[in-house]
This record gives sequence, C-alpha cells and structure tokens, in this order.
Amino acid sequence: MSSTKQEAWWASTRGLMITALIVWFIFSFGIHMFAKTLNTIVVFGFPLGFYMAAQGSLIVFVALLFWFAGAQDKIDREHGFAEEG
Amino acid sequence: MATQTGDAFTSNLGRIYLAYTGGFAAFVLLIAVLEQMGVPDHILGYLFVFFTIAVYAMIGVLSRTMQVSEYYVAGRKVPAFYNGMATGADWMSAASFIGMAGTLYALGYDGLAFILGWTGGYVLVAVLIAPYLRKFGAYTVPDFLYARYGGKLASICGIIVLMSCSFTYVVAQIVGTGLIASRFIGMDFEVAVYVGLIGILVCSLLGGMRAVTWTQVAQYIVLIVAYLIPVVVLSAQKYGVPLPQIMYGNVLQEIAAREQEMVAQGLVAAEALKPHTQPFTNYDPLNYFGLILCLMVGTASLPHVLMRYFTTPSVRDARKSVAWSLLFIFILYFTAPAYAAFAKLEIYTTVIGAQVAELGNNADLAWLFKWGAIGLVKVCGVDAASAQAVIDACAKVADHPGIVRLADFRIDNDAIVISTPEIAGLPYVIAGLVAAGGLAAALSTADGLLLAIANALSHDIYYKMIDPNAPTARRLVIARVLLVLVAVLAAYTASFRPADIVAMVAWAFSLAAAGLFPALVLGVWSKRTNSAGAIAGMIVGFSITLYYLVGSRYYAVDFYQTWAGLSGASEAAITKFNDLKTAWEAAAPDAKAAAWKALDTHAQTIANWFGVRNISAALFGLPVGFLTMIIVSRLTPAPSKELQDLIDEIRRPSGGVVMKEKAA
Repeated sequence: MSSTKQEAWWASTRGLMITALIVWFIFSFGIHMFAKTLNTIVVFGFPLGFYMAAQGSLIVFVALLFWFAGAQDKIDREHGFAEEG
Repeated sequence: MATQTGDAFTSNLGRIYLAYTGGFAAFVLLIAVLEQMGVPDHILGYLFVFFTIAVYAMIGVLSRTMQVSEYYVAGRKVPAFYNGMATGADWMSAASFIGMAGTLYALGYDGLAFILGWTGGYVLVAVLIAPYLRKFGAYTVPDFLYARYGGKLASICGIIVLMSCSFTYVVAQIVGTGLIASRFIGMDFEVAVYVGLIGILVCSLLGGMRAVTWTQVAQYIVLIVAYLIPVVVLSAQKYGVPLPQIMYGNVLQEIAAREQEMVAQGLVAAEALKPHTQPFTNYDPLNYFGLILCLMVGTASLPHVLMRYFTTPSVRDARKSVAWSLLFIFILYFTAPAYAAFAKLEIYTTVIGAQVAELGNNADLAWLFKWGAIGLVKVCGVDAASAQAVIDACAKVADHPGIVRLADFRIDNDAIVISTPEIAGLPYVIAGLVAAGGLAAALSTADGLLLAIANALSHDIYYKMIDPNAPTARRLVIARVLLVLVAVLAAYTASFRPADIVAMVAWAFSLAAAGLFPALVLGVWSKRTNSAGAIAGMIVGFSITLYYLVGSRYYAVDFYQTWAGLSGASEAAITKFNDLKTAWEAAAPDAKAAAWKALDTHAQTIANWFGVRNISAALFGLPVGFLTMIIVSRLTPAPSKELQDLIDEIRRPSGGVVMKEKAA
C-alpha cells in the first residue's frame, strides 16, 4: 500500500466530503435565508419557503446520504481500498 | 444462545420482524375488539404497556450474551438497514414523539429549526465521523479519543462531556415514560418511573448492545406505526386521502385564511398574530440558523448515536446505515408538521371564536376538558378542568367579550399528539397505541443513553484505567453492575419530576457539539492535531459553552452585569432592568424575594452575548474549540510517525478494525 496511492485516494475522498458539505450547507442554511421570498410561491398549498424547511431539505439530506454512500464506495473500489466482500 | 444461533437469527431478520409486526397488528386488533366488548379504558391501557414491555423483555433475554464484543458492539453483525431502524428509535426520544408537533404548533415556521437540525446532523455523521470511528473499531467514543490523542487525559475529557450530556438526557426519558404512563393510563407517576426503569433494564442488562439493538428495532416499528396512524386517519377523514404529509398543504391554506378572519373578527390583534408559515416571528434569523447549527453539530457528536454505527459489519455498511437511519427518522419528522397544522386548524376553527358559555355543550370539545383537567390546556389563564371553571375564569378577565380569543387559549406542547386521536374521534385503542409508541420512543432512547454512560464507565474507566488485565467475565459483571447503578440513579432522580433537568436536555446538544465535535472531526481529518491541542480545545470549548448555559440561565443578573456591553438588549429592556434592580435594592425584607424573582426573570431575557439564546450556546464554544485545537496543535510538536500511520489506517476502509480485542 504505497503512500502515493493512499494520497490519491484521500484527495478523492476529501473532494467528495467537500461536495457533500456544500450541498448540506445550501439546504441547511442557504435556501432558508430566502424563506420569505420563497413563501410567495405556493405549491400544492405549501408556501415554498415553509415547504423547503419542513420537507424539501429533508428529502435532499436523505438522497444525499444514499448517494454519498455509493459515491464513496466507488472511490474506494477504484483506488483499491474497499473492504473485501 | 450466544453465537451459534446468532447467524441463523441475522439471516432470518426479515421474517422475524415481519412476524413481529403482524403479531403487533393482531394485538392492536384484539384490544380494539376488547374495547367494543366494553372492557374499561384503563385496563386496555395497562395491557398495552405490559404487553409491549413483555415483548421487549423477551427480546432482551433471548439476546443475552457473555462475549465482550457482543456486549459492547453487538458482535458487529447488525445489517445497515436494521441498524438504521435501531438508530431511529435510539434517536427519537419522548420529546420528539410527544413534544415535537407541539413545538411546531407553538412556533410555526421557526419551530422547523428543530426538524432541520435533528435531520441534517446525520449528513455530518456520515461524511465526517461515523465510518472512521467504525474502521477504528472503538467500543465507545472516549475509546477513540484515548487512542488518537494518546491517553487518559483526552479520554477523561471525553467522558466528562459524555456524562454531562447523556445523564440529563436519560433522566428526561424516564420522566417521559412516567408522564406518558400517568397521563394515558392513569398510573401513579412514581410507579410509572419504576416500571420504566424495569422496561429499560430488561432490554439492556443481559445482552448489552446486542439486546438493545434488537429491542430498538422492535421499538421503532411500534413508535412509527403509532405516530402515523392518528394523523393518517385524520387526513383520510378530512380530505379523503390518507397522506397527511401532502394534504396538509390545504390545511396551511385554510389556516392562513382563518388567521386573517380572526384578525377581522377581533379575536387577535393584527400585530400580535404570528402567521403559521411566516419565518422569524419567534426567533430572529441569527437564533434560527444558530439553533439549526447547534442541533446539527450536536447530533453528530452525541455518543449514544455515534456508537450505533460501531455495530455494522463493515465501514461501507456504516455509511449506508446512516442513510437508512435518516430515512427512518425522516418518516417521523416530516409527519410532525402535519400534526401541528391539523391541530392548529382544528383549534382555530372550533375553539377560537367559540362562545365561552357554549364550550361545555360541544361534544367535539370533550378532549379540551380531559386534557385541561391534568393541566395541559388553559383557557383564560386557568386549567380547563370543566366548563364552569372556564366560564368563571373568563368572567374575571376585564372586558372579556364572552368569546374565546386567541390570547385566552393555551395548549401545552405535549398535548398536540396525544389529543389528536380524540380530535379525530378515534376509539380509545388508538390513544393506547399512541401511548405505547411514546413509551417505545422513551425506552429505546433511554436504553441507548444508559449503555453509552455505563460503557464509558466500565470500558473506558474500569477496564482501560483501573484494571487492564481484568478477565472477560469480570469485565462483563462490572459493566452490568454499573448499568444497574446508573439506571437506578437516573430513575431516582426522575422520580422527583425535575423540571429543570427536562429543560436541560436542550443543553446536551450544545455541550456535545462544543466538547466533542472538533476533537472527533480533526482527529480524523487533520494529522497535525495533537494531544495537547485536542485536550485544550475540548476543555475550552466545553467550558465556554457550560459557562454560557449556566450563567445566562441561573446567574442571569450577574451574567448581564458582567457582559452588559455584549448584550443584545434593547434600550427599553435595559431601562426595565435598571428599574427592577432599583426596586429590588429598595424592597422591604419580606418583598425582597419577589423583587429578586422579577429582576432575575427579566435578566434571563437579556443575559446574552449578541442576543444569542441559551439553547444555541455552542455558537461560541464550537468555533473557539476549533480555533484553540488548531492553534495549540500548531504551537506544539506534530504527532509521532506511528500516530500518523494510525490515522492513515483509520481513514482506509480496507484492512479490518484497528483496535483489536484481545482473544477473549
């Protein structure tokens, strides 16, 4: 297990971490800063700003985590660091 | 039973839990039939409590073990999906189950900070922490700190943070079981607390983590079914579609229309109305986003949550398991705002604007007096124990129009979920089901917390610091003795109904966030962070947070005077403080206490830094903790080559756990 190999793998892993945290930040804080404006749009009876905090962001978080688990696994396999089995 | 049957059990999990769910449904139907046959409600309630606890006890006994790794991490054999369910139950407490919808009712949009905070935190768990702790192979969170930061001192700091956030939390869960059993079933509160204690011990004592895992899966199924049924039925009744999470969009529209109508009818002043979907009516943006951050980071640092991911078969499964956990948690949290909306519309249309004299004649409002009798609903400032009590109280209010105005009505946060079955006109069996669900939520969280505390004592203190040569049998005996001691102490504390402790649960998130998060994250992601930096950062971050929490809550007057320059108080609030202080200084000896109380109550509203509320205290401790950790690490020598290699090994998923248990 050469250290350059580990460094390349770690760089990809860190890149994925940063991507995931950017999405996390946008849906935890970013869009809710515009809640008042979004509330003027109404979808299925929900003011959009309210909807994003009550459901929209949560759905994004769940999808993000399933995607993240898959993406990290792909990185591990490509660099030969995945667990056996 | 220990290992041989373990594999047969894990390969049949689907069938076992399907049969369990079927059995539970059959049991609920049986209770429904008994109710139709005229069996009294309280008997049905007792059946619910004892049947569910008996099932958990059975799982607990079947999962007994005499192996260290089974006791601490369920043998690392829990599939991602089931660990997700167990984490859901572990995470969702009595407060989530019973109180969350009420918080959303009271705060409207601003209450969604809790929904966001308690879900988004799992992103941090999955991305930054859990897979790496799993790879390391720790039994407890302090275990990791011990290895990463070279020894006892870091581990002790971790244990102190863990104890301070987990103990109040577990006491609150036991108080929760007491309240649920006493309100729904009419059991005596003190008796209910000890029934809860037994319910917790039967799940954890014989099988440790292994038993807690499989009971938590069972408890998740009960709690989610119980949470969904009342509001699904309500949605089907009102809109013909049993999807409350979608249909409450209509309810929000009706609430908005009714809010305007109430203003027009003079039931609430336009400036006093806080529209349900409008942001920042209760919290300013700083506190709203600050609370979200503190809850998220706190979630990612709470040891009883993190240790659930030590039980998966692989690092890959740990990541998947966090995703499943969040999905299972999401199911409850995206339903809670629907509860709040349905309840709000019902109250705004049937109670607000009703003639005070007519309240008692409306059969649909029987719930109001039922929960009023135990202090959960107030009208005109008194418990709505009876129609006459309300009429008398409103008559004493100056210029009362004889109509219930918005300001006249107060409902406790806990009453929203528990009164929904009656608001929907459902039979008692559903109320009993909700009680069983609330109990499952409280017991499962209490189990996880108790194990986190007892394992820190038995593994990190006894085994690693006092007697590293202890044989397996002795370690497991000590672990169980400590478990019982902590549980009894928690139940004893809970039996006094400590209101303060329940309020302090919110503190756990800030304390865990500031005390543990920087050390855990930098421990994995920064090789430069060393022992001196970590210890300094943990101490400073935790101390600042604790100082802010205790100071602004219990020593508000002193805190305000010390930090007046930083307080976010308005001119008017400062004037009021000075007036109250003068009044207190001038008060006669017998009026001194009352004057102090008025001064202290007011001071609590202005004892802050930059207007940050007490609950978001980690807003200061977290960045300061990070900074201290980074700066002190830079000023002291880098970790040794061996330690850096250890970090590399923790990062790589391949190669098996780092910390191996001695051959047991």
